[in-house]
Amino acid sequence: MGANFNITDKRYEFTQNSKLISYVMIAIGMVAIITSFVTHSHQAWSNLLINNIFFMVIALGGLFFLAVQYAAEVGWSVGIRRVPEAMAMYLPWGAALMTIILIGNYIAGHSSGHYLYHWWHHDLFNPESPEFDHIIAGKSGFLNMPFFIARVAFYFIVWIGFAMYFRKLSRQQDSAPNGSELHLKMRSASYKFLVLFAVTSSMMAWDFIMSIDTHWYSTLFGWYTFASLFVSCIAVMAIMIVSMKRKGLMDHVNEHHLHNVGLFLFAFSVFWTYLWFSQFMLIWYSNIPEEVAYFMIRQDHYRAFWIATFFINFIAPLLLLMTRDAKRKPVLLLVIGALVFVGHWMDFFQMITPGVVGSEWHCGWMEIGTAVGFLGLFRYVALNQISKAALVPRNDPFMEESLQHTF
Amino acid sequence: MSHKKLIYGIFDDEDVLMRGIKTLKEHGIAVKDVISPYPIHGLDSAIGLNRTRISICCFLYGITGTCLALLMMWYMNIFDWPMDIGGKPSFALYKNLPAFIPVTFESTVLCAAHGMVITFYLRSKLLPGVEPHVIHPRQADDYFVMSVEADENKVSTIEGMLKQSGAVEIKC
Repeated sequence: MGANFNITDKRYEFTQNSKLISYVMIAIGMVAIITSFVTHSHQAWSNLLINNIFFMVIALGGLFFLAVQYAAEVGWSVGIRRVPEAMAMYLPWGAALMTIILIGNYIAGHSSGHYLYHWWHHDLFNPESPEFDHIIAGKSGFLNMPFFIARVAFYFIVWIGFAMYFRKLSRQQDSAPNGSELHLKMRSASYKFLVLFAVTSSMMAWDFIMSIDTHWYSTLFGWYTFASLFVSCIAVMAIMIVSMKRKGLMDHVNEHHLHNVGLFLFAFSVFWTYLWFSQFMLIWYSNIPEEVAYFMIRQDHYRAFWIATFFINFIAPLLLLMTRDAKRKPVLLLVIGALVFVGHWMDFFQMITPGVVGSEWHCGWMEIGTAVGFLGLFRYVALNQISKAALVPRNDPFMEESLQHTF
Repeated sequence: MSHKKLIYGIFDDEDVLMRGIKTLKEHGIAVKDVISPYPIHGLDSAIGLNRTRISICCFLYGITGTCLALLMMWYMNIFDWPMDIGGKPSFALYKNLPAFIPVTFESTVLCAAHGMVITFYLRSKLLPGVEPHVIHPRQADDYFVMSVEADENKVSTIEGMLKQSGAVEIKC
């Protein structure tokens, strides 16, 4: 099998033509964003938020995947490690754009009176004001500006710090004579990251997404967002690995590796559905007005989107990826990866938009254009990072195991 | 009458066994089956076994479980004794579906798992009361048993080959 495989120092070359595609996508995004602001589209801010969160958490998912591989000392994934590594390097971009969006929205909201996050209104917490909201004021211990800023800063420092650290050590390993030492360093770092990730990924979901619907809360929300971010990350990974393989750059990745990626895609699609349904069913069953309000708006005004996400993210991967042969077909992985990617973008859309703009919504060329722009930026950053290092990591103690991986 | 005979080569090491299979294959002798205490990677393709069809059974049993559970709950809570579920007197299967999903899921898993186990036991002739066919007392412990089917006149050559490739014992 892979026993006599000859490791070649293959690199992905980020050509001018390929860069041009990203530039065009970013240009489309810029036009869409500027148009939506110039025409005073009330979805302009939520579009920015959806897309930035979506691509930022995909990068975060890449970092999580990487940390799990180190912590569990996984052998097979060494050959594909460069892909999540490159994806995680989008985190500084995501964090920077997030900061710009939050500050920009705070300034813009100050004059227009419309914030992305309802609880940003000071009057809600002021008992003297007619706007005073008893329920939101009760949440002021968590939802207050200084603590919010501190939390967001903490997430970004943790994520970017670990992403840079893993990337640096992994590239050092390529030329280090003794790779095991660096491997152990990354392994112990991954333990620390996983603990921090468990906390930050949940809290990030409350801060960035759940606090839009300020009155509403769900104890499952952090997990639900985690499932969504991880499965979208696996979908992007599958797309990238298959396209690299098609270019002939990843010959060391055989059908057994693809099978494992397919398993992840299948398993976490089911996991996402499990949480999606659990959150829905408990609220549907108990029928408490303040909880049901969240789903009422989605059911009445976002019905097509809301139901479509279920079919795209659950029924499609379930039926198409169920057999062993399907998980090993690159073309099928590519198609389902793209499908799940779009499906989870729609999932983030229906998580965020109803809370920001209510029932007056549309998903036209400005919404899709903004998504294309962010995708262009993500594509540029990830491919640029991939081109910087050889696709086969060297000196990793598990490299040989990855090359010989059969299942 | 068939003049085929079964020869069992007993091995105590995975690698020796795999090498033995390779040697036999090089001489054009097919290995019929291998009994091993744990799954060996690459064994199926080495002895040319067909892919297991138990996953197809699993799917069918699972679908059966789904249908049975839905039929049961439709009969009990919608048809025979209509229930007001969660303060929503909708009295229709599709409207009350969220309440039925957990049971449906459990029933699917139950039927799929039990169906697969029972199918596997039937297929392997492992049933209560059936005398087990033990080739070597340590066959599922730490020994590997390889069975080769051969004509009677070839038995001695194969026995020699098995001995040479490291079998600790040979049984006919």
